[in-house]
Amino acid sequence: MSQIFTHEFNTPVYKGKTSFHTGLYINGKFVEGSDKTTIDIVNPATGKVIAKVAEATPKDVDIAVEAAQKAFDTTWGLNMGGSERSRLLAKLARLMEEHQEELAALEALDNGKTFSWAMNADTAVAIDTIRYYAGWADKIHGQVQETDEKKLTYSRHEPIGVVGQIIPWNFPLLMLTWKIGPALATGNCIVMKPSEFTPLTALRMCELIQEAGFPAGVFNLLTGYGSTVGAAISSHMKIEKVAFTGSTMVGRKIMEAAARSNLKNVTLELGGKNPNIIFNDADLDQAVNWAVHGSYWNHGQACTAGSRIFVQSGIYDEFLAKFTDRCRSLKVGDPFAPDSYQGPQASKAQYDRIMEFIQSGKDQGATVHLGGDRNGTEGYYINPTIFTNTTPDMKIVQEEIFGPVGVIIKFEDEEDVIRQANDTLYGLAAAVFSQNITRAINTAHRLKAGTAWINCVNQIHTNVPFGGFKQSGIGRELGEYALHNYTAVKAVQVNLGYVM
Amino acid sequence: MAHTVKIPVPALNKEISVSTGLFINNEFVPSVDSSEVIQCFNPATEEVIASVVAGSAKDIDVAVAAARTAFKTTWGKNVTGWERSRLMNKLADLIERDAQELAELETLNNGKPVAVARDFDIGDSIQCLRYYAGWADKITGQTIEVDNKSKMAFTRHEPIGVCGQIIPWNYPINMWSWKVAPALAVGCTIVMKPSEITPLTALKLSELVVEAGFPPGVINTVPSLGPVGGAALSAHPDVDKVAFTGSTITGRKIMEAAAKSNLKKVSLELGGKSPQLIFESADLKQAAAWSALGICYNTGQDCTAGSRIYVQDSVYDKFIDILVSTVKETVIGDGFDKSTGGGPLVSKAQFDRVWGYIDAGKAEGAKVVLGGERRNTKGYFVDPTIFTDVNSDMKIVKEEIFGPVLSIGRFKTEEEAVALANNTTYGLGAGLHSTDASQCMRVSGLLEAGTVWVNQYNVLSNNVPFGGKKQSGIGRELGSYALEEYTSIKAVHWNIGEKLQWPLSL
Repeated sequence: MSQIFTHEFNTPVYKGKTSFHTGLYINGKFVEGSDKTTIDIVNPATGKVIAKVAEATPKDVDIAVEAAQKAFDTTWGLNMGGSERSRLLAKLARLMEEHQEELAALEALDNGKTFSWAMNADTAVAIDTIRYYAGWADKIHGQVQETDEKKLTYSRHEPIGVVGQIIPWNFPLLMLTWKIGPALATGNCIVMKPSEFTPLTALRMCELIQEAGFPAGVFNLLTGYGSTVGAAISSHMKIEKVAFTGSTMVGRKIMEAAARSNLKNVTLELGGKNPNIIFNDADLDQAVNWAVHGSYWNHGQACTAGSRIFVQSGIYDEFLAKFTDRCRSLKVGDPFAPDSYQGPQASKAQYDRIMEFIQSGKDQGATVHLGGDRNGTEGYYINPTIFTNTTPDMKIVQEEIFGPVGVIIKFEDEEDVIRQANDTLYGLAAAVFSQNITRAINTAHRLKAGTAWINCVNQIHTNVPFGGFKQSGIGRELGEYALHNYTAVKAVQVNLGYVM
Repeated sequence: MAHTVKIPVPALNKEISVSTGLFINNEFVPSVDSSEVIQCFNPATEEVIASVVAGSAKDIDVAVAAARTAFKTTWGKNVTGWERSRLMNKLADLIERDAQELAELETLNNGKPVAVARDFDIGDSIQCLRYYAGWADKITGQTIEVDNKSKMAFTRHEPIGVCGQIIPWNYPINMWSWKVAPALAVGCTIVMKPSEITPLTALKLSELVVEAGFPPGVINTVPSLGPVGGAALSAHPDVDKVAFTGSTITGRKIMEAAAKSNLKKVSLELGGKSPQLIFESADLKQAAAWSALGICYNTGQDCTAGSRIYVQDSVYDKFIDILVSTVKETVIGDGFDKSTGGGPLVSKAQFDRVWGYIDAGKAEGAKVVLGGERRNTKGYFVDPTIFTDVNSDMKIVKEEIFGPVLSIGRFKTEEEAVALANNTTYGLGAGLHSTDASQCMRVSGLLEAGTVWVNQYNVLSNNVPFGGKKQSGIGRELGSYALEEYTSIKAVHWNIGEKLQWPLSL
């Protein structure tokens, strides 16, 4: 019998109640985990446990896969036309819109981001994402190829089948929609593992998905740990595809498990150590504002965080002064306080990790230009931190910190900065600031990154593809491109005249 | 004159209110310079049910100006695909909400059965709007590799601009949605001239356009006589594109006017004399059912009406028997009567025209095996009529009748069948019935028609393109293809490294 989580929000920015099942969602029902164990969910603003959710085991993965396969063979997959899939996804988007504030509040409670960001960014874009993919569902086209009159050849873009999806804790709801949008639009059935740190909005979504009318087994949610549930999904012999967003380290494990099991299709969205190159001829004030957004949005917990900021020497001092001022004005506080910009980091583990990186920066001789310390005494709050006077070999320059830490690096030579920018195993995103558009475009084209921003940073559009070069990932999400991750191409060749 | 009327619906003991003015800039207004009205009839009773303002050429000017202003300020490149999608979905929701009433109004003015209007015409229209709402935020151009060191080249798919849309009376609401949806999806603004025979539902839909939240001037509705409003739109110097569905004869006039004025883009969905071929391996019972649908659906008032059927000799007699008894089941009657399968013809003019053809068929020596008898009652009712023993020179075989009148011929070989089918200046639809897969493939390849149906007929889907070959039309509606009709491609060549020396060194 699945438990219910109930919470009353009584805050300056949101008052309301939420109440939903916290069991595993398999085949349209909420159930306990096979071992009947639970996972504690912590509010990072206080460090206190606020909920317990069911814990899935590899056995539950088997059960979910069976339910998903059954749905795929009977009520979903090629048994339901695109316009019907479109209708259900559009219905889901409408339901999310009706419950947008509730979802935003839950996200803020679970992840620590401010209610304001959750409302205006996360949930708003999540709704648009579902709506966008609802529009693709009845537009899955194959091709007819010209051969000769003795042959009819055409390609079908068929759904793959049962897909595994493993999503992170930094944008829990948004990442859920990036994954389920294209997968459901193309007719696949899903076994999803949300982050064990932030499963609450995913659990609430199960009820909305049910209410929208998706047949049982089409979407299944298993709250659980990476090392058990995530590993089981990656190595499952009956899951034909796995999609993962998270760290590069875990991405490797998933790909390895896929290779060792059934060579399932793999798409990965991994980490980044994204360069932001600011030339002397940049619009300085704009460059400062975007760079701050690049480093500190979502508390620095974005795979695309512009965490290495290269500033040309001609504007370095002025840039640093303005950048520091802007950082000082970022209000760190309770996610539900009206003027908070930045809440706590998402978990103790993350907090510890970031503080270790900050310490390593100090130890390796970088200058702490701002911050570098905890904020307050309760919860996982870290002050916006700026490091200067770094060298390329420092940990804070090479490794992904995933916290509110900006590293500002002075440069002079254009060729050299492009070399430095590309000198990383990662290749997720990059940004260039210059009012000379020719130079900006040429630089952007030379940066080895899946997204190259010119005169902006960290702007995502649902219809524009997103993904990484090099060790930042495999495959693209968003836009029409995401559909390719979830379709299998079958070429049908009909002989109408060749005689053997 | 521009006010709201309440149209009584005696069969349902209710009234439907309709605004009778011209819909320009989100308001219903009188004509600027004319007191002419258009009378709307109920074809089942031959009675006038309402009068609406008849737009003049000057009114078209006003509407075009409104559409142009909207294109430059609140629509066109000033609105995102997301917003267009949102508004279109809202409109679809509102039409769904009011589907029953819209269906009743459609039946009053057009004659088709209420359930058909609601579940097929309007049901498909709602789907059409939602389908194109889904395209609105997916308009993409290409990036094209030329030379990475010196050139960035890409295409922008821009909205064409102000579009004149002229729609017919056979599927008023459905044709409205086919035109409006792709145009709105890519960002065009519209001056719509509904048919002067059936303007009422277009006016009612205009009320929903306001409720959905479209900015003023994005969609304008100007009921008007073809030679007045239609001609004015086709020749207008500030209309960027005209899209027309109707007769081939009018299509020519529109294309001529477009050529003579500003070379505006033209897309045309015109007439047809669409053939169905019944081969000996066909499932005859099914073929007969689809053939009946082909000529009786919408009482034959369909551009793809399967109005010529050619049957292979070996199954001819058997098929005729089955077909006649199948078609005999068709009930033509008042659209508010639940047992009616098809309504009256839409107007006296159409009624007289169709009877002219039936009389001509008899006069030219074709044999009537079903129907062909006048009812002597009120209403423009024509019962399904089947002619056999026809030849290719007869009027009833060559010309589009647009009524429930079918001509049946015969053939020996596949080659003969294809030749008979293609022997027409039209090329809109064609059907073939056969269980020989290779034959299906060969024949579907050889038929000169924009839509070929294999073992069915007249079933369309919003995501599959539709249009004519030969004199049946120019361009395609439905599917992703319709977007191209409303998109203008701009290629951008962006120099990122080339320095030019003049004079050129050769």
